[in-house]
Amino acid sequence: MHSGQSEFRTALLDPAQPVPNGLTIGQGKPITKRFAVYRNNVTVALVDALKASFPVLRKLLGDKNFDQLAPTFARAHPPSTPLMMHYGAEMPAFLAAFQPLQHIGYLADVARLEVAMRASYHAADTTPLPADAFGAVQPEALLAATLTFAPTMHLIRSDWPLYDIWRFNMEESAPKPRAEAQSVLITRPEFDPIPHPLDPAETAWISAILNGDAIEAAQDAAVARAPDFDLSPLLTLLVQQGALTHLNTPKD
Amino acid sequence: MLDATRHPPRLPAAPGVGYKSQHFSALRADPGPVKWLEVHAENYMGDGGRPHAQLRALRDDFAISVHGVGLSIGGEGALDADHLARLKTLVDWLQPASFSEHLAWSTHGAEFLDDLLPLPYTNATLTRVAEHIDQVQNTLGRQMLLENPSSYLAFAESTWSETDFLSELVRRTGCGLLLDVNNVFISATNLGYTATGYLDAYPTDAVGEIHVGGHDEDQDDDGALLLIDSHGRAVADPVWTLLDYALHLTGPTPLLVEWDNDVPDWPSLRDEAGRAEQALAALADR
Amino acid sequence: MSKTIKTVALVGAVAAAMTAHATTSAEAASKEKCFGISLAGENDCAAGAGTTCAGTSTVDYQGNAWTLVDAGTCTEIELPAMADGTPRQGSLEEQSRDLPA
Repeated sequence: MHSGQSEFRTALLDPAQPVPNGLTIGQGKPITKRFAVYRNNVTVALVDALKASFPVLRKLLGDKNFDQLAPTFARAHPPSTPLMMHYGAEMPAFLAAFQPLQHIGYLADVARLEVAMRASYHAADTTPLPADAFGAVQPEALLAATLTFAPTMHLIRSDWPLYDIWRFNMEESAPKPRAEAQSVLITRPEFDPIPHPLDPAETAWISAILNGDAIEAAQDAAVARAPDFDLSPLLTLLVQQGALTHLNTPKD
Repeated sequence: MLDATRHPPRLPAAPGVGYKSQHFSALRADPGPVKWLEVHAENYMGDGGRPHAQLRALRDDFAISVHGVGLSIGGEGALDADHLARLKTLVDWLQPASFSEHLAWSTHGAEFLDDLLPLPYTNATLTRVAEHIDQVQNTLGRQMLLENPSSYLAFAESTWSETDFLSELVRRTGCGLLLDVNNVFISATNLGYTATGYLDAYPTDAVGEIHVGGHDEDQDDDGALLLIDSHGRAVADPVWTLLDYALHLTGPTPLLVEWDNDVPDWPSLRDEAGRAEQALAALADR
Repeated sequence: MSKTIKTVALVGAVAAAMTAHATTSAEAASKEKCFGISLAGENDCAAGAGTTCAGTSTVDYQGNAWTLVDAGTCTEIELPAMADGTPRQGSLEEQSRDLPA
C-alpha cells in the first residue's frame, strides 16, 4: 500500500492521525515509536526555532506556557519557506486571535517587534546617507524633500510601552515599563539591530516619511501630535544609526 | 546529465567542520587541523548583514562547502523554483568548493516541515529524484553531491536497495555522493543490516565528501535500540571505526565533523576535527 | 505653523544631525550584542532529541484546554489605565477570571 507524502505530512503534524500505511521494519513489528521520531523531529525543530526567535514573548509568558503555545502555533502555521530565519511571521496575528491570551494586550506587538528584529538582522547592507547631505540642500528644498530608509530600518507602531517591555525582558535590572505608548524604531548601524523608543509625535514623523510624504508633511504630522515637537534628536539618531540611505529633493 | 568535464575547485581531503556562527572568532584564531567549513545554505539566504559578512571573511582562509537542508529533492511535487533561485544566487556569489543536498523530502505543497523525511526506493521515486538532481545541476552549472539519509523505518513498496538506488542516480545524473558514515551506522542499526555490508555495496568511486557526527540512543516499541541522528554529541567510537572502513574504500576524502545540537565550545569541536585528521593520516600511513 | 518657523526648526534639526557621527564601524563581524538573533531560526540537518513526547502529544491547547502552568515576567508588568483610557492589563493572574469555569 502506497504511503504518499500527503498522508505522511498529515500524520506528522497531527498526532491523532494513525501512522501512515506502508511503513515497515519487517516481520509485522510495531513502528509507532519509529514514526514518532519524525513527528518529534518536526515538532521539536519548529518549537526550538520559535523559542530562539521569540525570546521576549517566552519570558513574558513563562517557559512552560510558551512550550504549550509553540506547538499549537507550529501545527497551525508550519513554515511556508525553508528559510527558518523568517519563521513565525504569523505569530502576531495568531496571538491577536488567541482567546486565552487576549487579556495581555501587548503580546501581538511584542511578536511583531521580534519578527522585525530578525528581518532587520538579515536585511541587505546599504550605504548610509552621509550627514553632510543635508547641508547641500536649501531649507526650502529640504521641506519638499523625501527620505529613503535603509532596508534594515523597521517601525513597529504600538499603543503599549513596547520599548520598555522589550528592555525589561532583555536587559539586566531594566526598569519596569512605564504606562505610556511607545512605538519602536529598529536600526542596524552595522550588524546588530537596535530598538529605540519613539513617542507618538516621532512615530507620526517616521510614519509620514515611510508613507513617502515630504519632510514638511512629516513635520506637520508630528506637530499635530505634539506642538513642541523637535526633530533634532530623531534626525540625529537616524543619521548616527545609518537608518537613511537617500535624501530625495524635488529636482531629482 | 551534467558535463563532467567541468570541475569547480575541490574541497581538500582534510578535516572540515560544520560552521557555527558562535565559533567565528575562536575558529579563525585557532583553526587547528580544520581546512574547510560547511555552511547550511538556508542560513545565508538572507539579503545581507552579519551572516554574509562572516562568509566573506571565512572564505579567505577556508574552502567552503554549501550544504542545503531545504531543497526537498525527494519531494513529490516540483522543486520550489524560488528556493532554487535563492540557492543559485548564493552559489553564484560565494563560489563554494562544493554543493550538497539530501536524499529526502521536507517541503509539501506550501509547507516546509524542517526535517529530512524518508523516501520509498521505487522506480517512480528514482525518476523523480533524478529529474530534480538534473534540474539543480543545470541551474547551478555544477555537480552536486547527494547525501544518504539516516533511517528509522523503511517502505514496504521499496524495490531498490539504498546503495543501488544511489548508484543508479549517479549513473543517470552524473552527481557525486556525500557519504554520511554516521547515517550508515544509524540506518544499519535501526533497520537491521550490517554497516560494512552497506559500504561494500555503496558506489564509493562517486564519493566527494564524508560526514561523521554524533547520535543519541533510544528504544523502539519492542525495546530494541533505536539510534537518533541528533548531531548533539561527540562522534561515537564505532562510527570512527566504520569511518576507517569507509576511508579504505574511498581513499583520502574531505571529512566533515557535524555538531548541530548542544554545540560545544570551539576547542571541543576542534578536538573532534583532530580525530578526523588522525583517521585521514592513518589512511595515508598504510 | 508658518513656513518660516518650520524652516527654522528644520534647519536646527539638520544642524544638530550634521554634527553627529555615524556610529561605525570598528564593530567587527564577530562582535555581537547578546540578543541571540544570530542563532534564531538557523536551519540545520540534525534530528531532535529522541522520541520524546513533543511530537506525539495530542493535548489540544486551544481554547478551554489552555492552562497557565507557570508565570512569566508579564506578571511583574503593571500597566494601569493609560492616558487614552484604554484598559491596560498585563498580568497573568487576570487569567483565572477570564477562563470559562
